[in-house]
Amino acid sequence: MNETIAYKKPTSLYETFDRKGSGETCTHYCPGCGHGTIQKLIAEAIDSLGIQDRTIFLSPVGCAVFAYYYYDTGNIQCSHGRAPAVATGVKRTRKDAVVISYQGDGDLAGIGMTEIMHAANRGEHITVFFVNNAIYGMTGGQMAPTTPLGLKTLTTPFGRDYGRDGRPIGMAEVMNALVSPVYIERCSVSNPKDLLRTRKAITKALENQIEGKGFSFVEILSPCPTNWRMTPVDARHWIDTEMSRLFPVGLLRDTEETGLCAPHCVPWMDDSQLLAFLEGKKDPVIETGARVPGGTQRIQIAGFGGQGVLSAGELLATCGMNSSLSVTWLPSYGPEMRGGSAHVSVILSDEPVGSPLVERPDVLLAMSTPALDHFEPLMAPGGLVITNSSIVNRPLRRSDLHHVAIPATTMAKEENLVSAANVVMIASYILISRIFDLDTLRRCIPMVLRKKDLLKKNIALVDKAATYVQEYL
Amino acid sequence: MAYRLMKGNVAAVHGALLGGCTHFFGYPITPASEIAEAAANVFTASGRTFLQAESEVSVINMLYGAASAGARVMTASSGPGIALMGEGLSYLAGARLPAVVIDMQRAGPGLGNIWPEQSDYNMVVKGGGHGNYANITLVPASVQEMFDFTKHAFTLADRYRMTVFILSDAYIGQMMEPVNISGPVLHGACKDWAVRGDAATRKNLITSIHMSPSLQRKHNEELQSVYRQVASELVDFESFGTEDAQVVFVAYGIVSRICRSAVHQLREMGIKAGMLRLKTVYPFPDEEIARLVDAGKHLIAVELSNGQMANDVSLAAGNRSSVSRHLTMGGETPSVEQLVSFAVQRSAR
Repeated sequence: MNETIAYKKPTSLYETFDRKGSGETCTHYCPGCGHGTIQKLIAEAIDSLGIQDRTIFLSPVGCAVFAYYYYDTGNIQCSHGRAPAVATGVKRTRKDAVVISYQGDGDLAGIGMTEIMHAANRGEHITVFFVNNAIYGMTGGQMAPTTPLGLKTLTTPFGRDYGRDGRPIGMAEVMNALVSPVYIERCSVSNPKDLLRTRKAITKALENQIEGKGFSFVEILSPCPTNWRMTPVDARHWIDTEMSRLFPVGLLRDTEETGLCAPHCVPWMDDSQLLAFLEGKKDPVIETGARVPGGTQRIQIAGFGGQGVLSAGELLATCGMNSSLSVTWLPSYGPEMRGGSAHVSVILSDEPVGSPLVERPDVLLAMSTPALDHFEPLMAPGGLVITNSSIVNRPLRRSDLHHVAIPATTMAKEENLVSAANVVMIASYILISRIFDLDTLRRCIPMVLRKKDLLKKNIALVDKAATYVQEYL
Repeated sequence: MAYRLMKGNVAAVHGALLGGCTHFFGYPITPASEIAEAAANVFTASGRTFLQAESEVSVINMLYGAASAGARVMTASSGPGIALMGEGLSYLAGARLPAVVIDMQRAGPGLGNIWPEQSDYNMVVKGGGHGNYANITLVPASVQEMFDFTKHAFTLADRYRMTVFILSDAYIGQMMEPVNISGPVLHGACKDWAVRGDAATRKNLITSIHMSPSLQRKHNEELQSVYRQVASELVDFESFGTEDAQVVFVAYGIVSRICRSAVHQLREMGIKAGMLRLKTVYPFPDEEIARLVDAGKHLIAVELSNGQMANDVSLAAGNRSSVSRHLTMGGETPSVEQLVSFAVQRSAR
């Protein structure tokens, strides 16, 4: 006699739920709960699509936290509300995996509203099943973002009041406000007709991911007889008569056009390519025999934002590095960079540098009057102050410092390089301190200069500064 | 040998790529933003994955997902952002997932300011989230170490299946120094516990939940035994002139740089000073500190906080009178002169 198999348990569900307990065959769900129904529909879809090995099922916090008891697929348990972020990490690591984020209403529409919105907005290639039972089930029946007005829960003992609690959120409609999702449908498992429709929606949402279409979202109205304080039959009736008026079932979006371009795909660099890329251009360090006056020079460069103060420091530090000196460069940073003052500390030393902080500068390159006002009192006795005399027009107040005035901005303007006063200041310091020769500076300018077309002019400016220093000082 | 002049924040990203990191998830915050910016550049250009998340909460959960799937993952932030990651860090520990997180410390509490403090010590070293867990915590003091430690962190994270923190500070991140960018490029071994979306790993489960107290106890005991192994294998520090020293600074990060200058100055004055520079703070060099105290040396814990590391120094020292504290808060740093005169006072006692 031929046996006809009328019903077979999906193979993507474990035969026995040993993670729950050895030999267990019952789920942990309450009688009449919708989760069991929905999870079986998803398992059947996984079977029919032949994706059991590829599937990675993300369980949320909530009643479905133990979904990994049941699914014979890859399983990851997520923190409350964050499954769409976890799914993003998984999918961007395993492009061929079929990633399912299965979430309840507290998880997705409450604590996890941020994560679902942004995963949807990025059009992550994942499938989200949103089980809406209008209540926090696992914690015992508190108000959810989707709880209807007037409904009594443990935290709305007098009924949900919109003046205090706001109104229930229609997540399918919220998703529909975004451009990126490719598929949005709301279904229900409260009656056979809607259940069949849910089955189709689940399959469609997974097919979309397999075909690489984009982000799919299926909201499923699901009964919670225990926390609704109803019989299973009454709970289904309540969905059909009450809940579906608040959350109408239906297709909200099914599009072939994702509205998104495929992410720009950059080829993978192999080890040698990566190393060459990160090492950058190999400029050999030259033993120039440069020695720092006094062993260490603590240099403060200061001026207005936009004067190239930080890059002046970078140029000086680069000269030091390429002369095999020890160097540090420490900038002013953060909001004060945007306009206002800018300063940078550079230390050049024959020995490894300890503190990179310059408390008592040996050298000050002052490109503005406020910079001179601020740093002159801090100078070490006998220190060198070079001022940009095109802008700074006062003498020093202290008599124990050496002062050199260079019309740096004027000289730069004469070369049509308004922003290159910094190069004049550095060239002047190098000429006066004789810490490096000018060839070192010429060699290092291209390493720091971002506008390469101005290279020749900058080099010419170095020569001009040299002439000026030799002529006038 | 070729050096590149770069910021600590940028060097960390170079180290990460050469350490085999393939996925960076980030969110901007001063003074760590350059890390995400550099990653956006070089991770993308080299075919790796960079993604700017919508929040630090999402960042740490994206790390959780990518690490679950077997990737070498990292992020970087500063105090307020690391605080937001607390729950996720606990989940990473509970699920035994490897990850690398950089904390460029700024001043707190609250919004505080963007200047350096070392006041995230307790948050990072003691876990940062709920439960009995720890993070391996490396503390670089130079741009070269930002590169080296970050590169090495991925190997440690995989070996122990833990989060490895690079606990640094605003100055180490913002300063530029020459860095030797060197290979080889490291790669992780295939992780047989990961969930990769294939037949071989279909039975795998990434979770931190163990419903029965006895199973949760067993899980906790396993974690603690890993931490004991970490403590026996990873303690690292630099002894700088400690052997003949009477006073020994104990410091890490930017403060250790200032202490180094102070030690030089004290030695020039004829005072035998030294420094125990910490390279790991979890695990903490308890034995070395006890050894120095037993040898009759006076320790000065120097720190940009209310004494968070100093508490661990005192705990290791046992004898509180042999430990002094020089504490600075708010984003200021002690001057070399201040540390010198503090040490002079202590050595005269």
